[in-house]
Amino acid sequence: MARRYDSRTTIFSPEGRLYQIEYAREAISHAGTVLGILAKDGVVLAAEKKVTGKLLDLSSAKEGGYGGSGEKIFLLNSNVIAGVAGITADANSLVNYARTAAQRHLFSYNEDIPVEQLAQRLCDLKQGYTQYGGLRPFGVSLLYAGYDVHYNFQLYHSDPSGNYSGWKATCIGANNGTAQSLLKQEYKDDITVEEAIGLAVRVMGKTMDSTTLGSEKLEFAVLTLDKTTKQPHAKIYKPAEIDALLSKHGLAKKEEDAEMRAV
Amino acid sequence: MECQVALTGKGYVLVAADTVAARSIVKMKHDEDKIKVLGSHLLMSYSGEPGDTVQFAEYIERNLRLHQIRYLQPLRPSPAAAWIRRQLADSLRSRSPYSVNLLVGGYDIATSEPHLYWVDYLGTLAHVPYAAQGYGSYFVLSLLDRYHNPEATLEEGIETLKRCIAEMEKRLIVGLGKFKVKIVDKDGAREIEL
Repeated sequence: MARRYDSRTTIFSPEGRLYQIEYAREAISHAGTVLGILAKDGVVLAAEKKVTGKLLDLSSAKEGGYGGSGEKIFLLNSNVIAGVAGITADANSLVNYARTAAQRHLFSYNEDIPVEQLAQRLCDLKQGYTQYGGLRPFGVSLLYAGYDVHYNFQLYHSDPSGNYSGWKATCIGANNGTAQSLLKQEYKDDITVEEAIGLAVRVMGKTMDSTTLGSEKLEFAVLTLDKTTKQPHAKIYKPAEIDALLSKHGLAKKEEDAEMRAV
Repeated sequence: MECQVALTGKGYVLVAADTVAARSIVKMKHDEDKIKVLGSHLLMSYSGEPGDTVQFAEYIERNLRLHQIRYLQPLRPSPAAAWIRRQLADSLRSRSPYSVNLLVGGYDIATSEPHLYWVDYLGTLAHVPYAAQGYGSYFVLSLLDRYHNPEATLEEGIETLKRCIAEMEKRLIVGLGKFKVKIVDKDGAREIEL
């Protein structure tokens, strides 16, 4: 009986549910963890990479590009970075759409797109796939970390149904419940970027499935204001920088277990 | 013979426009408002082809209002001016271009700065400290070169504006009649009497 309502995204089940949306959410809860923390002087994103292995060619992530391996964290515009959880192919398509939307805004208004407007544009697209027939919804949740003059630093989350909401700290993907309760305990309202980076690294260390924390398993990005120009500056860490960050916080591979006990 | 003048001061923009609606050599009206309030902190004065002016100004007004309803916050002066310019630039390249010249004055609440933009029917956009359009500009611009002070208080700004209007009254062969003056500052946009 359920199959009658499973096969179509746009048809409610008798209990008033949209199964395809729920399945998309389920897909996301198995994806690599992405967490975002809003600080008073910046926003931090951290993500767990799932596609790894000795034979994977990571040379493009090491040098060239703008940082990141292109799996979890993307630069959407000069003032917005996004972390994605879910079906990577769907995410790539959404990232492309977001970049186009941001450039179109720049073309019309000669300013960087406000973060909430960009989140809204993507959600309009996502919502469309829950209503118009025959199509599968995007199996992607995003965290948007951005800056604009209206609300300064911001962190938004959007899900496959097209809902979005603003957060001080949140987490999507596998083990998001554990991470969220950790964040709830440790988050302070006047947290600085430096503290937020430390918190992000600690929470990732506790929630990730793998026992070792290293650049081949992590993506990391920070959005701050450039001190001289006062313009937003997105820094997506390169593998060497992630390893340096982990050892700075004492979470590099070897001492990990000792550190976990200490925290 | 239309003329509009605008100048910025410390925390405000003053925009003045004549109030004559003329056709050929005949004055049809002498209390025409040529300055639209486009939002809580945005003003736009317009001149050019009669009919085009009002049509274009209302088009801009309604679209900026729509933007505010959709996104819960009004466009700031800079993106608003860029968008208005885009409309004129697109119009210029269409079958029936608008011939409208504009002065866009606004107060940016986010950065607490007044801004003035000079826009013409060719799609030119310039961020300026003071501006004038129409025949009056031949006299007024040189006066503003001499007397404009970006740090002037409102009283000093009004004094400079009065001087400009008096000069036009004195030198232009046709009197432009009364000027309507609007101001935008941190408290919003409103009309003032000189």
